[in-house]
Amino acid sequence: MTNGASPVVALSGAVVISSGFPLLSGVDLEVAPGTLTVLSGANGAGKTSLLRLLAGLAALTSGSGTVAGVDLAEGDLRQLRRRVGWLGHEGSFYDDLSVRENLTFAARALGRPSDGVEPVVARMGLEQRINTPAKQLSAGQRRRLGLAWLLIRRPELWLLDEPYASLDDGGRIFFDALLGDVVASGATVVVSAHDRLRSDTLTPRTILMAGGRIVGDER
Amino acid sequence: MIATALLVAAKDLRIELRSRVLLWQVVPFGLMALLLCGLALGPAHAGNSSAGPGLYYLVILLVVLLMVNRSQAIERSPGTKSSVATLGLDPAGVFLGKSLALAVELWVTGLVLLAGSVLVLHTALHGALVALPSIVVTLGALAGAGTLYGALTGGGDTTATLLPMLTLPAFAPLLIAGERSFSDALHGGGLWQWWVIVVVALVAYLGVGILLYGVLEES
Amino acid sequence: MTKQLAQRLLGPVTLVLLALTIWLGLWVTPPDKIQGQLARLVYVHPSVAWVALYVSFGTATIASALYLWKRTRSMVMDRVAHCAMEVSVVFIALTLTTGSIWGRPTWGVWWAWDARLTSTAILGVLALGYLALRRANDDPTLRARRSAVFAILAAINVPIIHFSVDWWKTLHQGATVFTANRTLLIHGIQAWTLLISFVGFTLLFFWLLRARYRLEVRRESVASAALEEALLARQREGAPT
Repeated sequence: MTNGASPVVALSGAVVISSGFPLLSGVDLEVAPGTLTVLSGANGAGKTSLLRLLAGLAALTSGSGTVAGVDLAEGDLRQLRRRVGWLGHEGSFYDDLSVRENLTFAARALGRPSDGVEPVVARMGLEQRINTPAKQLSAGQRRRLGLAWLLIRRPELWLLDEPYASLDDGGRIFFDALLGDVVASGATVVVSAHDRLRSDTLTPRTILMAGGRIVGDER
Repeated sequence: MIATALLVAAKDLRIELRSRVLLWQVVPFGLMALLLCGLALGPAHAGNSSAGPGLYYLVILLVVLLMVNRSQAIERSPGTKSSVATLGLDPAGVFLGKSLALAVELWVTGLVLLAGSVLVLHTALHGALVALPSIVVTLGALAGAGTLYGALTGGGDTTATLLPMLTLPAFAPLLIAGERSFSDALHGGGLWQWWVIVVVALVAYLGVGILLYGVLEES
Repeated sequence: MTKQLAQRLLGPVTLVLLALTIWLGLWVTPPDKIQGQLARLVYVHPSVAWVALYVSFGTATIASALYLWKRTRSMVMDRVAHCAMEVSVVFIALTLTTGSIWGRPTWGVWWAWDARLTSTAILGVLALGYLALRRANDDPTLRARRSAVFAILAAINVPIIHFSVDWWKTLHQGATVFTANRTLLIHGIQAWTLLISFVGFTLLFFWLLRARYRLEVRRESVASAALEEALLARQREGAPT
């Protein structure tokens, strides 16, 4: 790390095997704090698996690593999960609860005041849908609800799995602006995408993955 | 732990109120099962009130399986599970909350089925009312046990077939104790042994759940 | 050296004790005054029941508890619990079979709602449930964790099931069905035969456990080799062409 700060992510030879299949086949990676990193690669390259490992949602089979100060092999993964924010490409909330109810649940679970929910909803442009059940939202709106969930949480490490999928141009511009704000606030962001990020405002580091490993790194 | 329990219980009950699965699916299933019991006994015995308690609890066990499945399914959609894991909720609180919500739903369903039992199986109304306290406690124990065993199955492909196999043997003592105490209420008996079984089971399941639910949730 | 010697002698000693049990039980000991030749089942049924309910199930439970406790957590404990539970299923089946064989002439039916038989049958389903749960989980750590919790729950259920069925049988307001007098007066050669039987079947459990454990270690070794190959193949996917 050039600025002397400890990396938020430090993996060495990370292997993750699930149901007899190696999802990750030896990943070496360091991510500096307050940066934006894009994991790029084809389907099955291991992008989602790497993100899930970093989120503490998958267990390390061999190798070593620390994420947000938590040792992946020996540490408490529950503690890790509290420090990271995860946005999968599936729905990440309770379908039968409304936008407000989902976010209030998250706020109360974290011991945060629930009056912080409405400003976040407004920032995500979901005011008109605040009382709509999550299952009735469009794909893009569900993505925004997932982001709102993360804004409530304010984690130090954001892990976003294909957040640009199914976004129109307006959605992408909005998303770029949000990511820029998050990085500027000091948080670290790692996103996955099929292709390199097309953005006028962001200049991320791009990591190319294939076969469960890192095969390229453009800073 | 208590705050988490109340938060989770409120969330589960709110989801139930929205989705109405209990109202439109589980209760009708239970009533149909009672009718089938009568049909299986044949016209000569269908109105025999001595079979009422046993058949009531047999139907309750089938209903519990459905409701446990539903309770776990709420948490098992891939995105929800991952996102909620990042909230760092106290597992003991989650267990108590889900058990409490399931118990409330079981009490409501149990009351409706009790009325059904009085109607179609000719269970004596006075006896049914006297049996209410034992029914309430037995259903509470079933809720705790069901929540624990539901977490054991992990919500995978085989949950629907695995859950009955794991839970029904464990439910057997509660079936026996529930049926016996219900019968005692009908016939004026008052044996304390059945209360011992139910209370010991309730305490054991709550104790194990509080201690070990976190171990099961590490996935 | 002592451990190796004990392991080598386990099989032969078990076979000798079981052979002694058969010889003494079938030929040497006299028939019972009340139950006649049927009473010879006393040299088998209580022993297999003892192994089923206490030795094998107990071993599985203790190993599961040791797995859940961080200080002693290791896959060895998981393997022991798994293998012990498999052997437990065999002994539970033997208990139910010998119990039914004993019950048929005594009660006139192959199955009666005897408290112990019923409790054992429920325990058998619990043991099968443990094995089914293991098959439903591919991830070794997850499988070990869930199985261990289930084994603990099953063990807690054992006394609850036993007392509930026992009270159900004995506190029933209707007439009881059972008239069989299972109490046998045991002394002299009968007592020695029973003791040899208990020791023999207990050693049989440990012999079977050891054999099953070794098989499991070999199976895992084969699976591990397959994983290594899968890992290499996956790495080749990402290699530059």
